[in-house]
Amino acid sequence: MQEGKKALVTGASRGIGRAIALHLAKNGADVAVNYAGSEQKASETAKECESYGVNAFPIQADVADEEEVKALFKTVVDSFGGLDVLVNNAGITRDNLMMRMKADEWDEVMDTNLKGVFLCSKAAVRPMMKQRAGSIINIGSVTGSLGNPGQANYTAAKAGVIGLTKTLAREFSSRNIRVNVVAPGFIETEMTDVLEGEQTEALLSQIPLGELGRPEDVAEAVGFLADDKSRYMTGQTLHVDGGMYMP
Amino acid sequence: MAEAETMERVKKIVVDRLGVDESEVIGEATFKDDLGADSLDVVELVMELEDEFDMEISDEEAEKIATVADVVNYIEAQSQ
Repeated sequence: MQEGKKALVTGASRGIGRAIALHLAKNGADVAVNYAGSEQKASETAKECESYGVNAFPIQADVADEEEVKALFKTVVDSFGGLDVLVNNAGITRDNLMMRMKADEWDEVMDTNLKGVFLCSKAAVRPMMKQRAGSIINIGSVTGSLGNPGQANYTAAKAGVIGLTKTLAREFSSRNIRVNVVAPGFIETEMTDVLEGEQTEALLSQIPLGELGRPEDVAEAVGFLADDKSRYMTGQTLHVDGGMYMP
Repeated sequence: MAEAETMERVKKIVVDRLGVDESEVIGEATFKDDLGADSLDVVELVMELEDEFDMEISDEEAEKIATVADVVNYIEAQSQ
């Protein structure tokens, strides 16, 4: 349980981030629901979190912008009086075959999906160091381990997240701050809705468990890593992908 | 702010953070060699000083800090 814990989930207005915010709230954590553009959806997520009897509020910030990130963490830490759990979930895709991918598409994805994790983790570590406790959970992707045609930018960023996680885990282990990755496979969200009939069939044949995952499946793994039950785990990647990638 | 008062406040933070004896925290004492701080301890110390004295210490300035006197002098110069 995360009773009394204070959590921030980036990109929490919809999809996996939303499921994570709700799961943490259900387990008793106060949750700051960060979003980039979907204000209304973020408010709905925050309201639903509150229905579990915890404090929650939506808060806008672009995780790729250092100043916005600083302001985000100041607001969250001031309102909650601390921060125990950070879930770096915000992510975007700009898919294109490598030969057609523009440098801008590369940069945008790197900025949000990798630099965003760096900036938010840097800001979170400050209050966590003082508390001598904290859990940072970065959302990776099975594609970061397997590769995926059309996603040179996305897979590079997600693989980068794993390396970054391991370094942070080592840098902050002495302050009892744990840093881990949850790497989802193909999960039913708006991000995977774009896949068409044939693609979906080809995809399912690669998943040993034979179906797409649900956002809640990812949220369960995040909840575990947010909890003190996982106190002896750091620098790890939990693969929630129906068995697609077996290290 | 009187320098002696600044020294006292710095001393308290250093003692709390590094778990050293108050008598060891003298001006010439270096954080790393004399007081046994590692690089993360120094980062943390800087964070606490920023909060205690309500100021921002840039990364460039923070890197120059080696001794207790460096800290006191820096704070004194800032509060002039």
